[in-house]
Order: sequence, then structure tokens, then C-alpha cells
Amino acid sequence: MKSLILAKRSLLEFIREPINLIFSLGFPLVLILLLSAIQANIPVSLFEISNLTPGITVFGLSFISLFSATIISKDRSTSFLTRLYTTPIKPYEFIFGYTLPFIPVAVMQAIITYLVAFVLGLCFNINVFYAILFIIPVSLLFISIGLLCGSLLSDKAVGGICGALLTNLTAWLSGVWFDLELVGGAFLTISKALPFYHAVELERLVLKGSFENILTHLIIVLAYTIVIFIAATLVFIRQMKKQ
Amino acid sequence: MNAVEIKNLSKSYKDVKAVDNLSLEIKKGELYSLLGVNGAGKTTTIKVLSLLTDKDEGEVKVLGFNTEKDTEEIKKLISLSPQETAVAPMLTVKENLEFISGICGFSKIETEKKVTELINLLSLQNVKSRRAGKLSGGYQRRLSIAMALISEPQLLFLDEPTLGLDVIARSELWDIIKALKGKITIILTTHYMEEAEELSDRIGIMKEGKLLISATPDEIKAKTDEATIEKAFIKIIKGEVK
Repeated sequence: MKSLILAKRSLLEFIREPINLIFSLGFPLVLILLLSAIQANIPVSLFEISNLTPGITVFGLSFISLFSATIISKDRSTSFLTRLYTTPIKPYEFIFGYTLPFIPVAVMQAIITYLVAFVLGLCFNINVFYAILFIIPVSLLFISIGLLCGSLLSDKAVGGICGALLTNLTAWLSGVWFDLELVGGAFLTISKALPFYHAVELERLVLKGSFENILTHLIIVLAYTIVIFIAATLVFIRQMKKQ
Repeated sequence: MNAVEIKNLSKSYKDVKAVDNLSLEIKKGELYSLLGVNGAGKTTTIKVLSLLTDKDEGEVKVLGFNTEKDTEEIKKLISLSPQETAVAPMLTVKENLEFISGICGFSKIETEKKVTELINLLSLQNVKSRRAGKLSGGYQRRLSIAMALISEPQLLFLDEPTLGLDVIARSELWDIIKALKGKITIILTTHYMEEAEELSDRIGIMKEGKLLISATPDEIKAKTDEATIEKAFIKIIKGEVK
């Protein structure tokens, strides 16, 4: 119950800041429109809408990391969390309270991206629903990264790490914009060792309906999510005790 | 009965001894001010009492409960208004109060009653629908105290409650704090000596983690042979009092 109260507050803080809505819901739209326009004017198949859309729904989640990290780090720097630490609220309730509000935001982001993709020529089928459904575990991966960064870093550092580094990692090492197999070598090895590539592959396979091939990707994404969530919780508790 | 009982409390951060063998008793209903220059140990003492940090040595009881064993019971009875205003900036005044009330476990009906009472007590009627982040410093401080009061604490910690406020806003906040005196126990830290003199039943002066004196404002002035707490404070800190 306390988690829901904290979640409601976090959601209100998020949606009442116009820049958050512009970035979380608007930026993926700009990308899909821009890349589709490029695709329409080049002779090779580089940004096919059926390949691009699931990738953008994953890339858009990197902004969710930024927002969840920012809200925690700001709550730390303004002593809002210090106030809450003296109330009868438990560490796991804090973690849920900072996690829950971003799940509907992630789903909404994916729905809007797919709606625009339909306009741009993506064929509607039942797999779109599954792709949106599978965005939930993927969003938990990005939210957990936000929780970890927000618990560890100052609000200024969060902008650099989550705003710049994470979005770049997600962009380059996920295969959203280009085929990583074409690059190969160490780049491909590193990409496959990180969860972003697997998150994008998972979404692409689900949209194609190739459910028999998703297991490895899903397991890797979930494993990273669990480990990062545990790390975030431990760091959060450590910060509580370090007051 | 005592609201706070501290026996031989010590707390260090790495090589720095923030609180050094502190013993102190604060009576129920008392307004006790902790004074000291930066690094004197005031904030660390408050952090130990409000369960924000663990002590290294000593025994600490808050409202009869042990700070090591009875944390859940203590958390239900205390409240903190931190030095920073610590409000949710995008929530309105009313929403901030409703949020804290919910976190403290009050029902919707109880919350509505408490929020109305506190809005009236802290004179927040005119700004109740405004976002906290848009309020003036004075109103943010009032909201911060209202948020601390909503749980009906028996022990309230006010950490630099009037820091950065203009004379009028400070005077108005003093009136609010005076209205609370006797009803609950208040532990206040401040750098404003006239504030401590005006509000406190007793004052404790700390230096380098040690409590140098703990007495009423009049007793401190008499002991130092000074007319104001500010002058008495300087004399005590400089070690000019035997």
C-alpha cells in the first residue's frame, strides 16, 4: 500500500514535468519518423519499419532509466528521502514505489510508437500485443538501471551516466540502427555480453512471432534485471544507513 | 518522564569523532535547542536520535524505546523536518500533506481531517492548491513543518527551520513553533542565537562532539555573565567560562 502511495507521487512528479513527456513519448516518435523518411529515400533496406519499431521501443526505454534515476537522486539531494527514512516505510516499499510508476509509462511509450508505425506501414497483427506485453520485463531492466544509478550518483552525475552513456550504449550496442553481425569481432562479443542486444532481439522475434527463439534472449534480459535490481536494493539500503 | 535519554553516546566518521561521550536528558514537552559551530555534532546527534544513523557506543532511548531494538515503535512516534525543505516540488501543498499522511498509514477520512487542520494551523489556506516547488521559502518551510506534524509525532526534530528566511517569515514561523510548545517535545538545531533564546526551554551547546553546557537560557546567561545567548555562546565556545 505504501509502495502504491509512493508510486503515485513519483508518477505525478514525472508527468507534471513537460520535458519528461516530450522526451519519453515524443523522442521515439521523432526517431521513427526520421528514420522512416531516410528509408524512403535510400535504395537499400536499412530501416525497415518491422525491424525498426521494436528496436525503437527498446531504445526509448533508456529515457525511462534517466527519469527513474533522476527522481531518486533528486529525492536524495533535497533530503526528501531523509524525511521518508524516518517514517515507517520499508526498503522494499521504496524500491517498488520508484519502479511501479514507470511500467505504465514504458507501455504507453511502446503503444504510441506502434500506433505511429502503423501509420508508416507496419502491418497490424496479434504479435504487436505480445511485443507490447514483452516490453514490461524489458522495461524492468531499464528501470533497475535507473534505480541503481539514482541510488549511487548525484543528480548531476545521473544526467551524464544515464542521459549520455546509457543512451549511447543502448544505441550502439543493441543493434537498433544497424546489423551487429556486419561489424562482428569484439564489438559483437561485447554487445552480446550486455543485455541491450538481447532486449532488441527479443522484441523483434516476438513481433515476428518467432516465440520458439526468444528464450535465450529473455533469460539474459531477466538475469540482468534480477542482478541489477538486487544491486540497486543493496545500494539503496546502504545509502539509507549511510545517512 | 524523559523523551530522550542519552548515556555516553559516541559516533565517529572514519577518523573524525562527530559525537564524543555525550550524555543528555530531554523532558517530555520540552523545546530543547542544540547549538554549536559547524561540525560540533548537532546533526549527528539528531541523526542518531531519528534513527538515520547507527551509534558506535552508548545507550540511547527515545520516548522510552531503545534505538537499537525498537526502531519500528520509535518511527511511529517521531518526525523530522530536515534542513532542506524536503518537499515534493511538483505536488501541491495539499497533495504533499496527503502523501505523507498516506505513508504514515492514515485512512482517507483521517487524512482529510488532518490535512485541513494542518493547513489552518500553518496558515497555508491561500497556497494549498499551489505546487510546492513554486512556493516562497517561508511557505516551503511551513509546509515542511506541516508534513512533519501530520503523523502527530510525540518528538519533532527541527533542523535549522528558519534557515534563509526573511525577518517576517522567521517571526511567523517562530509563532507556529511557540504554539507547538508544551504539546510535543521539540529538538531544534539552529545557528541563530536569538532564535534559540526566544524559543527554547533549555539549550545545549556543543563543540567538537562534546556537550559543553546544558541549561536554560537564563542560567547560561547568568553563568557567563552575559546579556545575550549570542555573547554567552561565544564565551563558552572560546573556553572563557570556567
